Amino acid sequence: MATVLTPLAAIGATVLGLLAAVGRVALFALETVTHLFRPPFYGREFLSALVQIGWLSLPVVGLTALFTGGALALQIYSGGARFNAEEVVPSIVAIGMVRELGPVLGGLMVAARVTSSIAAEIGTMKVTEQIDALVTLSTHPMKYLTLPRVLAATLSVPVLVAVGDAIGIFGGYIIGVTRLGFNEAAYLKNTVDFLQMWDITSGLLKGAAFGFIVATMGCYYGMNSGRGAQGVGRATKSAVVAASVMILAANYLLTELFFTS
Amino acid sequence: MITLTNVHKSFGPKHVLQGVDLTIDKGTSMVIIGGSGTGKSVMLKSVLGLVTPDSGEITVGGNNVQSGDRDAFLARFGMLFQGGALFDSLPVWQNVSFRLLRGALKRPHKEAREIAIEKLRRVGLTPETADLYPSELSGGMQKRVGLARAIAAEPEIIFFDEPTTGLDPIMSGVINELIREIVVEMGATAMTITHDMSSVRAIADNIAMLHDGVIKWTGPVKDMDDSKDPYLEQFIHGRAEGPIEAVR
Repeated sequence: MATVLTPLAAIGATVLGLLAAVGRVALFALETVTHLFRPPFYGREFLSALVQIGWLSLPVVGLTALFTGGALALQIYSGGARFNAEEVVPSIVAIGMVRELGPVLGGLMVAARVTSSIAAEIGTMKVTEQIDALVTLSTHPMKYLTLPRVLAATLSVPVLVAVGDAIGIFGGYIIGVTRLGFNEAAYLKNTVDFLQMWDITSGLLKGAAFGFIVATMGCYYGMNSGRGAQGVGRATKSAVVAASVMILAANYLLTELFFTS
Repeated sequence: MITLTNVHKSFGPKHVLQGVDLTIDKGTSMVIIGGSGTGKSVMLKSVLGLVTPDSGEITVGGNNVQSGDRDAFLARFGMLFQGGALFDSLPVWQNVSFRLLRGALKRPHKEAREIAIEKLRRVGLTPETADLYPSELSGGMQKRVGLARAIAAEPEIIFFDEPTTGLDPIMSGVINELIREIVVEMGATAMTITHDMSSVRAIADNIAMLHDGVIKWTGPVKDMDDSKDPYLEQFIHGRAEGPIEAVR
């Protein structure tokens, strides 16, 4: 009997642990949002987070989008050639970038760069008692550390996605015109004609959701970091993994919500 | 006056505080001594509300520390952390005047900087230190900056957590003298936790010995050497033999 129950108990314990973790993250996110409506606000920290998360992520997001747009054009051309549909390259590159690849790859790249940095920074602050010091200086750590970062990421990632979309389409255009023999004007016309406003808006909304996830996970794991270098390292790794998985899961749910109803 | 009445705190199966009773009179300097892991830091953090006791009561000036306006309560405190706990991302002067740059005690930028420089000078640091970052300072300088931050808003109560840990004997002496001078000059109530007996003798009006989660002995520092308390005697003489187990 025990041999049957032991694996079941292990599965049950894992599921309960996972649900408890999801609950804790949800409560953390909810508390962060409630601070949005309760002063004081730390404008300087918000602007600093905006630069760190938004502006300084631009190169990595731009380069990712550029190469992805180029590779996408090559793939669609090669795949489309099997049924004489090479001309769809501009429209598929544009739709693929703005609906899916722009927000998802942008979100993942920001998760790699920003979630790790936030978790490591806040985790180090925790183990060196800087978070306790904030409290003794009458400063709420959620207001001072979490809210500015979450707000900055939620607002800046859609902008990064928009820039990434444009660069990705440009990458496809460069490859289309220089390698695949497309006419410049025809490529641009096909891109614009087949792209709808909802394609762009849905991608930007995804970007906002991914930005929220990226910063929330970084802050959550940082605030709950264990002791010492190992604790901070584990918090950083967990934050990036959780943010990446959540971005992919949220992407599926949002795609389901936006495009199948 | 700070009073702790029958304070208990456990972390999982570990019972850290098991009925702490202690009174610290206004304007006096109390030093808490005891071995590593005996709950000194937990006790100090409980007074600040950073740790919530499982039971018992802690009052400051007659008010329970867990109730009332937290900001107003914390505005009465200054604290020097063991490792300094300076904010890496801010220059020294903004660390010192952190409280004066935001919240209820907010002052104009220029005034906050002037106060920071004045407090830095008070702890023996030059105005040139103001624009450095914490990572550019030695351990002793970081402690001084932490001390300057603790006194920047002229608090009524100041806590010192292991103020001389990691410092050489000369720098320890300098920090001890500074703490004593500042506490006397400001008329503040001070609570210090330390292992360092030279700090105890330099800083304390009264001492309390914490062991096994309770206060084993408390009294004026002048009575410490004649206490006849076996725990206190073993601790102040650093003996391996005695009621306190050397391996804990």
